[in-house]
Amino acid sequence: MEKSVIGATFDAPAVDRYPAPNAGTQRWIAALGLIALAVVLPFVVSKYHVFELTMVMIYAIAVLGLNILAGYNGQISLGHGGFFAAGAYTAAILMHRYGVPYWATLPPAALICFALGVLFGLPALRFEGPYLALVTLALALATPQLLKYFDNWTGGQQGINLTKPLPPHWLVIDRDRWLYLIVLAALLLAMRIAANLLHGRTGRALVAIRDHPIAAAALGIDTARYKTLAFGTSTLFMGVAGALAAIVIGYVSPEGYNLFLSLSFLVGSAVGGIATIGGAIIGGLFIEFVPNLANDISDAAPWAIYGLAMLLFMYTMPQGVVGSLGPWITRSMRQIRAQRAAFAGGDEEHDGKGRTS
Amino acid sequence: MHELLQQIFSGLVAGAVYASLALALVMIYRATDLVNFAQGEMAMFSTYIAWTLVNAGLPFWGAFIITLLVSFLGGMAIERVVIRPIENAPVLAAVVVTIGLLLIFNSLAGWIYTYTVKDFPSPFPDRPLFGALTTTRDLGVIGVTLVMLALLFAFFRFTKTGLAMRAAAQNPDSARLCGIRVKRLLAIGWGLAAAIGAIAGILVAPILFLDPNMMSGVLVYAFAGALLGGIASPLGAVVGGLIVGVTENLVGTYLIASQLKLTVAFALIILVLVLRPNGLFGTAIVRRV
Amino acid sequence: MTMKRALMAGLSAAGLILAGGLAFAAGQYGPGASDTEIKIGNTMPYSGPASSYGVVGKSEAAYFAMINDKGGINGRKIKFISRDDSYSPPKTVEAVRKLVEEDQVLLLFSTLGTPPNTAIWNYLNDNKVPQLFVASGADKWNDPKHHPWTMGWLPTYQTEGRIYGRYILKNLPNAKIAVLYQNDDFGKDYLIGLRDGLGDDKAGKMIVATQTYETTDPTVDSQIVALQASGADVLMTVAIPKFAAQAIRKVYDIGWKPTHFLCSVSNSVGATLRPAGLEKSVGIISAAYEKDPTDPQWQDTPEYKNWLAWMKTYNTAGNVADGLTVSAYSFAQTMVAVLKASGDNLTRENVMRQAASMHDLKLPMLLPGITLSTSANDFAPIKQMQLEKFDGATWKLFGAVISGR
Repeated sequence: MEKSVIGATFDAPAVDRYPAPNAGTQRWIAALGLIALAVVLPFVVSKYHVFELTMVMIYAIAVLGLNILAGYNGQISLGHGGFFAAGAYTAAILMHRYGVPYWATLPPAALICFALGVLFGLPALRFEGPYLALVTLALALATPQLLKYFDNWTGGQQGINLTKPLPPHWLVIDRDRWLYLIVLAALLLAMRIAANLLHGRTGRALVAIRDHPIAAAALGIDTARYKTLAFGTSTLFMGVAGALAAIVIGYVSPEGYNLFLSLSFLVGSAVGGIATIGGAIIGGLFIEFVPNLANDISDAAPWAIYGLAMLLFMYTMPQGVVGSLGPWITRSMRQIRAQRAAFAGGDEEHDGKGRTS
Repeated sequence: MHELLQQIFSGLVAGAVYASLALALVMIYRATDLVNFAQGEMAMFSTYIAWTLVNAGLPFWGAFIITLLVSFLGGMAIERVVIRPIENAPVLAAVVVTIGLLLIFNSLAGWIYTYTVKDFPSPFPDRPLFGALTTTRDLGVIGVTLVMLALLFAFFRFTKTGLAMRAAAQNPDSARLCGIRVKRLLAIGWGLAAAIGAIAGILVAPILFLDPNMMSGVLVYAFAGALLGGIASPLGAVVGGLIVGVTENLVGTYLIASQLKLTVAFALIILVLVLRPNGLFGTAIVRRV
Repeated sequence: MTMKRALMAGLSAAGLILAGGLAFAAGQYGPGASDTEIKIGNTMPYSGPASSYGVVGKSEAAYFAMINDKGGINGRKIKFISRDDSYSPPKTVEAVRKLVEEDQVLLLFSTLGTPPNTAIWNYLNDNKVPQLFVASGADKWNDPKHHPWTMGWLPTYQTEGRIYGRYILKNLPNAKIAVLYQNDDFGKDYLIGLRDGLGDDKAGKMIVATQTYETTDPTVDSQIVALQASGADVLMTVAIPKFAAQAIRKVYDIGWKPTHFLCSVSNSVGATLRPAGLEKSVGIISAAYEKDPTDPQWQDTPEYKNWLAWMKTYNTAGNVADGLTVSAYSFAQTMVAVLKASGDNLTRENVMRQAASMHDLKLPMLLPGITLSTSANDFAPIKQMQLEKFDGATWKLFGAVISGR
């Protein structure tokens, strides 16, 4: 039950996320199990599937970035593909021009995209709703044009071909599996950071800004600062994802970073669950696999199938997969637990899905 | 001087094109508080319907009327079938649904009509005017856009439905209490927007040539025009569209290389919006807590 | 160079002998080939901004379907697996890896677009998978030394630009040239070719204005107006059909009468000139290497009739006015010729060798006199084109078949 008192909205997520020590341990065990599974997975499937899964995780990092903005901050960006591109080109230029090893390109890509995000966010965040959409749309459209214009750096339309990094020679695994593990590590780190950020003080402030902007300001939350921070963090994630994508694919060119990419991230965010961390992985799966499935069904009109899939997901789960199923699962788990321990807990049920009011 | 005038004229024509689609965007926004990303593709699809009818031998204006009716009904059907089920979902869900519609219409048009560029007849004669400054066809486009604006203005001002629609958009709950059937109005809003889009498509097809991607570029500029003018104002949409058309031409010709035309044009629009966050003709939104 | 090249030449000769001598022996097979089947992979933009090119992939599939109905190639059926990449390089990488690693195709054929192909050429060359008859006019596909597994097909954009440059130099020495080009490698390559054909110092003086457009732009009206204002009397349009049609019409509407050169990419009567208005297209000069299906001068020839019969039976979804169906027809015919020549030795090495040893291969829908030739150090099959002028109804070829290299 949602209470109209603002304080309750603040505390509820915290209560929900850390219910009882017992449940916390269970959660940790489940998480460790999933991580172990993710580590073993590449060694039981073919190299191509490893590559596909690597792309899923990269998209998941990007969607997570968007979730921080769209889900927790209530802002919709149509232009985050631009920051993905910035990260990709940072990595590509550093590797290609300056011979920087691939792993060392990630921190600069993150830093540059954070800075770009803050710089872009400062004016952009004066806008709301459709106006913010326009500003970010402009960014998405300008990205390929800018990449082509500064061709001394970006290689213009020809793009930059990169040599794929080799795993360290003491490790006896191939390139694809090595990159998978690196991207997995990045994803886990990103999820950890997002969780800390969003379930802590900052996260509560962001939720407050999203749900009750004026009240939040009245309570003394520095709205502009938090919004800018959220924007910067989300673009940081984008930058890292972009850099990883450049490394894994081994090629960057303006065509890869058009408006459609930005829209795909948005779709991934909505399908997974706007305000969720786990939803990012569902979003990544959707972005990676659904267009391919659509193509398998029909090469006459693949986009029609892709579009239908979007409609279908939004009808059945308007809060996204995790946003819609999550509370249901939590409820069922809680019921089971309650029955088992004959202990009613007492804390209120919060759906944590963050509806815009 | 001649070139400057020519650039302004061709900018006005392009601007009229943007404005006509911007009117459809405004219509939907007024009805449902939503930016419809599929508006351009819906207009494109309507234009293909008109093309089919003209090719089947119907006279131009006959095809025009039928297309408008079909589009109106189609728009209402889309609202009923696609938009209404998610009216209580988060904004992002609605955005994604319109993106999905965009993909579906684009893909279907390509599948049914192929991607080969098609010529579309213009209802206006094609004669150069004022020393080749412009043509009668181009003036026709500007003229129709202005007529559409006048009709919309009258609709919102003088018809019961129009007034009800304004009320419903501003405060749905109170409107409902006053006996306004809000749901029906939403459907009418979508129907009207689709019909306006159809006019826009038929208007621009002779200029841009008909293909499934015809409106994708236009939508972006129309969006910019609508916001520049103030997303809820029909007059603003037209003025905004015209300004975008002219600015874009002048920027590309006199300011910088055409390689960055789009980027700079958008930067200028955003600059204006920073100074006037609700657009040129918009009023500040007052929020209640 | 010599060692490797001599070796390649030697191998190629050996390959021919092998292919001939072992015709009755059991076949030698690389991945994707067997006694009954040859798997060919392909990527195409079936969705997204470049989806107008999707017809190439569909037409190729239609051609292979006809070949299969006629018994296949040396008794083997072609399995043509074509995947959508939306013209997005990352998607191309993914699709091609799937084709090579999961579907195990023998080779990649006619993958479309410069950026998508650039994204995959290192991967394919590292893995020694043939990337044959790339559907892009960039110059770089002819690089047998560094990319011995990649081969182009089209006369390159630079080649064509050079042909126009030389023609202008010879026939319009005092021309003031304006160029409208698409803001990407396709546009820029033509400009490079044109400059090259004019010679560097002349080019600087003769080209008085350039304007670009993006494929997302609604119109190019403004660009045309600006080019006219430069005082140019020659216009070169390097644009895809939709924008080329807009350019032709705008030039006419504003009463500008330059000598108008139109790139071959858009010289289809059905896709460009008819929408623009045939009367507005009179006098346009272009260069061609294949027959325009809407041009009456070919419509009584058996070659055209065969093509039309194929269109009517197998490629029913295709538009008979669309020149891309002709290109796809010729692409697929080249592939079939190479596979036929490979005989029962269907290894990747041998197919590549056969592709690199075409001698004056004639194709029915290429212009008379234009043939395909390759060698171990020449991976550009078509190098010639012929100039043509539009007379209001049809293209009239003039001058000799010229090589633009």
